[in-house]
Amino acid sequence: MTLQSSLDIQARSATTTPSPSVRSSAAVAKLIDESKCIGCKACQVACQEWNELREEIGNNVGVYDNPSDLSASSWTLMRFAEVEDKDNNLSWLIRKDGCMHCADPGCLKACPAPGAIVQYSNGIVDFKQEACIGCGNCITGCPFNIPRISKKDNKAYKCTLCSDRVAVGLEPACVKTCPTGAITFGSKEDMVSYGEKRTKELQERGYANAGLYNPAGVGGTHVMYVLRHADKTEQYSGLPKDPSISPLVSLWKGAFKPLALLGMGVTALAGFFHYMKVGPNEVEDEKSREEA
Amino acid sequence: MSKYLQRYSDQERMNHWIVAICFILAALSGLAFFHPALFWLVNLFGGGPWARILHPFIGVAMFGFFLISMLRYWHHNKLDDNDRKWLRQWRDVANNREDMLPEVGRYNGGQKVVFWITVASTITLIVTGVIFWRPYFANLFPIELIRLASLLHAVAAFTLIVSTIVHVYAAIWVKGTLRAMTRGNVSDAWAKKHHSNWHREVTR
Amino acid sequence: MTNSWVDIKNADLVLIMGGNAAEAHPCGFKWVTEAMQQRNAKLVVVDPRFTRSAAVADYYAPIRVGTDIAFLAGVINYMLSNDKVHMEYVKTYTNATFLVNDKFSFENGFFTGYDEGKRSYDKSTWGYQRDKSKDEFVMVDETMQSPNCVYQLMKKHYSRYTPELVSKICGTPKDAFLKVAGFIAGTHTPDRVMTILYALGWTQHSVGSQNIRAMAMIQLLLGNMGRAGGGVNALRGHANVQGITDMCLYSEVLPGYLGAPTDADTTREDYLKVRTPKPLRPNQMNFPQNFPKWHTSLMKAWFGDAANKDNNFAYDMMPKRDTAYDALAIFERMYQGKVNGFLCQGFNPLAAIPNKKKLGIAFAKLKFLVVMDPLQTETAEFWKNFTDFNNVETDKIETEVFRLPATCFAEETGSFTNSSRVLQWHQRATEPPGEAKTDAEIMASLFMRMRDLYKKDGGTFPDAIVNMAWAYSNPNNPAPEEVAREFNGKALGDVMAPPDPKNPKEPPKVLVKAGEQLPGFAMLRDDGSTSCGNWLYCGSWSQAGNNMARRDTSDPSGLGVYPNWGFSWPANRRVLYNRAGADPAGKPWDPKRKGIAWNGTAWAGSDVPDIAPALGPDSGAGPFIMTPEGVGRLFAVGLMAEGPFPEHYEPFETPVGVNLMCPSNAKAVSNPAARVYKGDMEQFGKMAEFPYAATTYRLTEHHHFWTKNARANAATQPAQFVEIGDELAKEKGIANGQMVKVRSNRGEIKAVAVVTKRIKALEVNGKKVHTVGIPIHWGFIGLAKSGYLSNTLTPFVGDANSQTPEFKAFLVNVEKA
Repeated sequence: MTLQSSLDIQARSATTTPSPSVRSSAAVAKLIDESKCIGCKACQVACQEWNELREEIGNNVGVYDNPSDLSASSWTLMRFAEVEDKDNNLSWLIRKDGCMHCADPGCLKACPAPGAIVQYSNGIVDFKQEACIGCGNCITGCPFNIPRISKKDNKAYKCTLCSDRVAVGLEPACVKTCPTGAITFGSKEDMVSYGEKRTKELQERGYANAGLYNPAGVGGTHVMYVLRHADKTEQYSGLPKDPSISPLVSLWKGAFKPLALLGMGVTALAGFFHYMKVGPNEVEDEKSREEA
Repeated sequence: MSKYLQRYSDQERMNHWIVAICFILAALSGLAFFHPALFWLVNLFGGGPWARILHPFIGVAMFGFFLISMLRYWHHNKLDDNDRKWLRQWRDVANNREDMLPEVGRYNGGQKVVFWITVASTITLIVTGVIFWRPYFANLFPIELIRLASLLHAVAAFTLIVSTIVHVYAAIWVKGTLRAMTRGNVSDAWAKKHHSNWHREVTR
Repeated sequence: MTNSWVDIKNADLVLIMGGNAAEAHPCGFKWVTEAMQQRNAKLVVVDPRFTRSAAVADYYAPIRVGTDIAFLAGVINYMLSNDKVHMEYVKTYTNATFLVNDKFSFENGFFTGYDEGKRSYDKSTWGYQRDKSKDEFVMVDETMQSPNCVYQLMKKHYSRYTPELVSKICGTPKDAFLKVAGFIAGTHTPDRVMTILYALGWTQHSVGSQNIRAMAMIQLLLGNMGRAGGGVNALRGHANVQGITDMCLYSEVLPGYLGAPTDADTTREDYLKVRTPKPLRPNQMNFPQNFPKWHTSLMKAWFGDAANKDNNFAYDMMPKRDTAYDALAIFERMYQGKVNGFLCQGFNPLAAIPNKKKLGIAFAKLKFLVVMDPLQTETAEFWKNFTDFNNVETDKIETEVFRLPATCFAEETGSFTNSSRVLQWHQRATEPPGEAKTDAEIMASLFMRMRDLYKKDGGTFPDAIVNMAWAYSNPNNPAPEEVAREFNGKALGDVMAPPDPKNPKEPPKVLVKAGEQLPGFAMLRDDGSTSCGNWLYCGSWSQAGNNMARRDTSDPSGLGVYPNWGFSWPANRRVLYNRAGADPAGKPWDPKRKGIAWNGTAWAGSDVPDIAPALGPDSGAGPFIMTPEGVGRLFAVGLMAEGPFPEHYEPFETPVGVNLMCPSNAKAVSNPAARVYKGDMEQFGKMAEFPYAATTYRLTEHHHFWTKNARANAATQPAQFVEIGDELAKEKGIANGQMVKVRSNRGEIKAVAVVTKRIKALEVNGKKVHTVGIPIHWGFIGLAKSGYLSNTLTPFVGDANSQTPEFKAFLVNVEKA
């Protein structure tokens, strides 16, 4: 889903040699300030409009989250959680869910199709559906449960961080539309420092546990949150506290891959050399009979 | 005088070769997804998406036909003390010193071990494969299970491939063996030499 | 809004009550988050539900639906008894010192003069004491000790609203009430300002106008009126609903809120006399004294040369109201079979007027119904059976329905007037689809054909129609620019300056040359030399051009005034009553938020002064120039139907059954002055059968009944639901996501139950009151899943002053479907 030039790629799925990386661009980031988010879903609609998507008209399943989950045509979603603390103080925690654009993306790691997932040098992780084979490994690899396979074309889809807009110097559509300024966009550096400033402001306001969510377990993310309750991230509809690529996936797509190939090769070679050294195991009289 | 002994029926042989073909296709497509260096193998199947679509169906077919073999040979492959002794003498096996080995029945210890490894890995492959088979079944399982299944699928496939290399090599190495699966029979002498107990049984 | 959207950023405290700004006004809400981030402002939300606004608030307090006056009255009592009022402001800028008629009193739920039979008041005792020796000026007691002065009367009236009683009525826990009262009262010092954002959560009650008055009193007592970051701010629910109100949405007014004539106003002289007040205190600007200029200029705009001195400026061509023509009154008459035809323009009354069943019956009694709308509406399809959603017998309905496809906003050029009173010009973005025409073209074409018929065939009184000024280049399709220039107004003859008292012999100067666009309403004349379609909009299209199209983003003061962005009525003024933002000596109350100040010779500052520029502090002129007193009214004199002080009355469907402010008076349980039609009283549900309080509201995902036609919106809230608290759900065995039936005495709807912690059972008068939340937005037309019109449930009664229906407080029962 991208029009961005392929020259500034930092990582490419299922590729063992360096990607075109002569050019580089500064890391970007989107910062979602949960304390200013009113859950209006304008970002959802803007995403639909910019990307020319239209979600199916579903049903109400007892919550405000609609559609009730991310899908191939809903790349971002407001998730609402009602949380009561031990003193019965109610919070309605609203989180804009979507791809976090990890610096160490589990989807990219798990993807078997060369170039179906790329990470630009600005940090955006993008899916290139034309190279996608529809296996769903990206879902398996993602620590945030983000990618979705389309029922229509069996390709994986997710937020592109509007890589097409960013490539031409625009902010993502959700940022552009956010009415309260809860979503901001800029260089990763600026966003981290703004996020830290907001954190401090919220702490001064009485949210002692306010914090910036930029989880180190995935190398940091290019979509970050400012949370009023950063100590209890799970309260925000299950935002993982300390996400990382599952060790199972790391093993599967990490050390095991070359070792297994080596194992197979060694086995085959062992047979070859065994034959060369020991030779065939033949039945004697049969041989002599044939020779006769 | 030369005499041939029936070892596999027509049906058994056809079944074996169907499993073998399925295995080759599944292995080639699976390896394509397993390592980027082998991704080009998807072209054998008409490209990535087709390889992804076909692989699980081939796997199911392989499992179905393998199941027939498995049930048929199950009772031939129970390991006994004789087999364990045979296995302990793997150096004699590898150096063609068959006269030093205990007498062997229908299958030797090595064949039996390969059989059980194949059974274990094939069952693992089918179970784990279904768990992350998209778009049909994966959505029924929790993500952690899918991750575990993905890893185990790869491990089982590796094991199966390695044991199959051994299986194929053994057939090449031990002359006269291939005939059992191509023609269905083996020479009397082959049987006497490699499977003397079985020879005694079938010629009694 | 007395202030503006952007001005919210200047507040220290943002109170959201009677509205849900985050939900219904997400774009404007940016100024709330701005105030919170940049000024460290606090956000306090008082609402029956923990809303989206509450989700980002610093403090939230629950309240039972329909008890806002009790809450606010409690706040007034808190402020008065804890000396948390801005005393200098109150003494000089309000009528606190004024003496009230000594016969005025309040007893057991009634003010003096109640007539039970008419359900209305004789307001003769609700006036000031006048000094016959001094031009009938109002008598005042500067010490504010007299028991008849407004301050003492107010103190006495509100002393009854103790925190305990407020909590008992509202269900707000006492500590939560006191906390909110403390927040509000904390802004009584000159260095702190509160803004209040409200919407239909206050207006859609049988006591709607008094809800707002109660808050106006609080803002006067705190000295927050006229100040940057203050004011009483109504958030309008449509992009241009302020505009339509300004241009006379209501039958009681003409454009610019000029009172419309009634049968009683037989002559122009009488009509003008009643509406042109005399000053009530010395040296006041008494701006409404200009009424004849505004009205005469309006008549010139409407009738041109046919309005002249000889025919009393066509006064006789004006329709005179014989009775009420508000929406409820119209549909009541339609229900009674007294209306033949109905032109329905940009309006979906089947969904928007209470008691859908009654509405359906009313429409079926019409001979014809014309619907002008860009969309297919439920109203246009009222005759069609949509199973349970609209279960009508089509064969028995004879109403002929005409649909005239109209354009939507993006398909037409024109102006919007937003909540900030800012007129903004916009260009058409796209061609209208199919045969759709602009509303102006439809109306003009209709008018032209009717005029031709009147010209040809005559009629009982064709004069008003045939004499209407209609000088558009295409009479069948007036250009928006032409209409805009017309409502701004122009000089028909040279507009002359009044003679200079210093040089009376000097010939008067020409202020505006004949034919030129008028620069402002100060140029309007009552001699027929000016025409103006709406005095408030005068200046929007001056000789300099279309001021509504200005897009200058400079803000010299940093207070969000943006003086050259669009045009803000009146006179491009951004904060109303801004003279009150400075102290009596003319210095801003808070130098950091300087609106206007007296510079020794004139008023000047970041905004257009809301007082004559040269009328200095020594003149004694008060800041509230639209009252003949020159001050803000804590005591509303005779303006309100149900009393000069807001008093708590229960909703007409009350879950308590008693007014705890006057428990022994069964006739003052609900607003004694509200109009209730025959048959509707019986249709009110009783708490025994319908034990739960209910309220209706909007969701941010939708705009009324429009966006269910847009797929992207429909997907974000696809299907109808109701919200119930988890306690009630448990009692009733209702699981989240289950279908439930919600029933009022007028009908029932079925919807998915959203079981939530955000609606709590409230402890009211010793018993538990549950609240059921009913979002509107669904119907049987559109792309969203079909649903029931929520007004199937709502009662047919309105506010005693504005007749706005009581959509926000009624009774229902809930059960599993």
